Amino acid sequence: MDVAAVFFYLFSAVTVASGFMVIAARNPVHSVLFLILAFVNSAGLFLLLGAEFLAMILVIVYVGAVAVLFLFVVMMLDVDFAELKQGFLQYLPLGVIIGAIVLVELVAGALTLVPSPLGKPAAPTPGVSNTQALGRVLYTQYLYFFEVAGLVLLVAMIGAIVLTLRHKRGVRRQSVAAQVARTKATSVEVRKVPSRTGV
Amino acid sequence: MDSLAGNGWVWPLLIIIGKSLLILVAGLIFVAYVLYADRKVWAAVQLRRGPNVVGPWGLLQSFADLMKFVFKEPVIPAGANKGVFLLAPLISGGLALSSWAVIPLNDGWAVANINVGVLFIFAISSLMVYGAIMAGWASNSKYPLLAALRSAAQMVSYEVSIGFVFITVLLCAGSLNLNDIVSAQDSAWGLFGWYWLPLLPMFVVFFVSALAETNRPPFDLLEAESELVAGYMVEYSSAPYMLFMLGEYVAIITMCAMTTVLFLGGWLPPFPVPPFTWISGLIWFVLKICLVFFMFAMVKAFVPRYRYDQLMRLGWKVFLPVSLASVVVVAGVLEIFGAGAHP
Amino acid sequence: MPSLLSDYLPLVIFMAIAFAIGLALLIAPFIVAYKSPDPEKLSAYECGFNAFDDARMRFDVRYYLVSLLFIIFDLEVAFLFPWAVAFKEVGPLGFWSVIVFLGVLTVGFIYEWKKGALEWD
Repeated sequence: MDVAAVFFYLFSAVTVASGFMVIAARNPVHSVLFLILAFVNSAGLFLLLGAEFLAMILVIVYVGAVAVLFLFVVMMLDVDFAELKQGFLQYLPLGVIIGAIVLVELVAGALTLVPSPLGKPAAPTPGVSNTQALGRVLYTQYLYFFEVAGLVLLVAMIGAIVLTLRHKRGVRRQSVAAQVARTKATSVEVRKVPSRTGV
Repeated sequence: MDSLAGNGWVWPLLIIIGKSLLILVAGLIFVAYVLYADRKVWAAVQLRRGPNVVGPWGLLQSFADLMKFVFKEPVIPAGANKGVFLLAPLISGGLALSSWAVIPLNDGWAVANINVGVLFIFAISSLMVYGAIMAGWASNSKYPLLAALRSAAQMVSYEVSIGFVFITVLLCAGSLNLNDIVSAQDSAWGLFGWYWLPLLPMFVVFFVSALAETNRPPFDLLEAESELVAGYMVEYSSAPYMLFMLGEYVAIITMCAMTTVLFLGGWLPPFPVPPFTWISGLIWFVLKICLVFFMFAMVKAFVPRYRYDQLMRLGWKVFLPVSLASVVVVAGVLEIFGAGAHP
Repeated sequence: MPSLLSDYLPLVIFMAIAFAIGLALLIAPFIVAYKSPDPEKLSAYECGFNAFDDARMRFDVRYYLVSLLFIIFDLEVAFLFPWAVAFKEVGPLGFWSVIVFLGVLTVGFIYEWKKGALEWD
């Protein structure tokens, strides 16, 4: 069998299994760790498709940044998960309905997409890495999408600050500029002290 | 793949395994001596002798330490989450070692000469934070938890400026392949054509960020022994502890190698004239790594430790704006004076 | 893309060997080391005191803010990688589109700075 096929089945099996474990694990931290495993294996699948840039970005952004935040939240927010699970049965019917709808949509989508409507993907240009190929079109042909992405990041930045920033009262901060600006003239006073009289 | 899929796939596979083992074993021995050199430099600055008992001049000290760690009793605290507790050092050590796969030791001498080498190094260094977070959480103890938080925030803060430094170098080199980045620095100017000179501010930012990223002094806030005892490794003993130390030093060597590749011309000789070009590129590469590591060791020896708010200020308010501005400046210069020209 | 995959096979093998070395070192003391178990060794280290309470606690929301801001800047860097590689080909249009992109994010950065989100207290 082809080596690529072996790796394909390995990566997909681990992705599906760890995806299942994300919802089945009892400890939420284990769930996040399985989620990370799923991300890494999806990166492997991207790699098999030849999308090396996307694979690395998936690891850098999702595993290196987003999952760190997830892990922060579940590890240290001290959420009482036993209490959260109390109402599990109450929401079961709703969950089943939503799950069923998504499943039907996925199956329907998969059935209609089997002969891909876009035809075969464009053949990669020889001698050009796919990072370079992406760079050629992203900043010129897809300019508007790129700038909109910038705006979305701006909104995210402002949103994060508005939601989480709380100032403590009475904090004394170091002012580096003031420290550096200090000179001998402003900080030291030389006085002639007459003997036996003091200052 | 064609050659691998057919009958003749056994030999290429064995060659790859052999190469990997060679680099890992040679690299680990190199790390053992780097550790020794670190202690010797530190001792010399403080007018001490440093390790001098095991072997001639103490040269076998690191191997004695290895034996000691392996024969110590491993203790897993009762309150710890056992699986994650043992997984953390493995991730820390294994990931740090993995990054050596893409470092070119000489022209084309990398185990995996991939197109996105820079991204791979960037990905690995952003994953290194997991070792700390997992260890801190799994220990179920206060000092490790506080240290894990500090270290995670510190590492992600400096990751950003490292990213922008990479962008400036890539703008000049035009490739993500580490081999091509070194080749792009090859010019008749020799030493002065390498990127450290035109990108001098970025070289400084990268060097300091590398110190912070690998938790070296003066940024070793997570194991500030007067406050946090030994950081996230408090509960670790024996070989799991050793794996953290190993991962730390391996990551330091990787950062030294990256400094060499990005700014100091990798395997290129300092002057492109005969007596220098006769020496193998591998030797130049190792010498340059040793030079950068010597700077790491000297910084450890004589710079006092930062306070946490100063550390965050340096990362977010100094390095981030400076590196962001340099991306714009470097791109502007390249755009005005013609993209193909040397900066 | 056969050549691409043959570039990555050594990487996978190298990583597997690196993790195997790590695992071997990790397991070694569990097999060879001298053991004398004691319940005192199993308690969490708190400078000689008995542990006061559970170590898992809430902490300052500031750490979340740092990691949120990191995600945003990380994405920004990720957007710049293809540009840096294809810089010589995208011409003035590509150059100015990225300058506008960075300008938009600089506005956010200035907002952050003015709001004091970068202060650590």
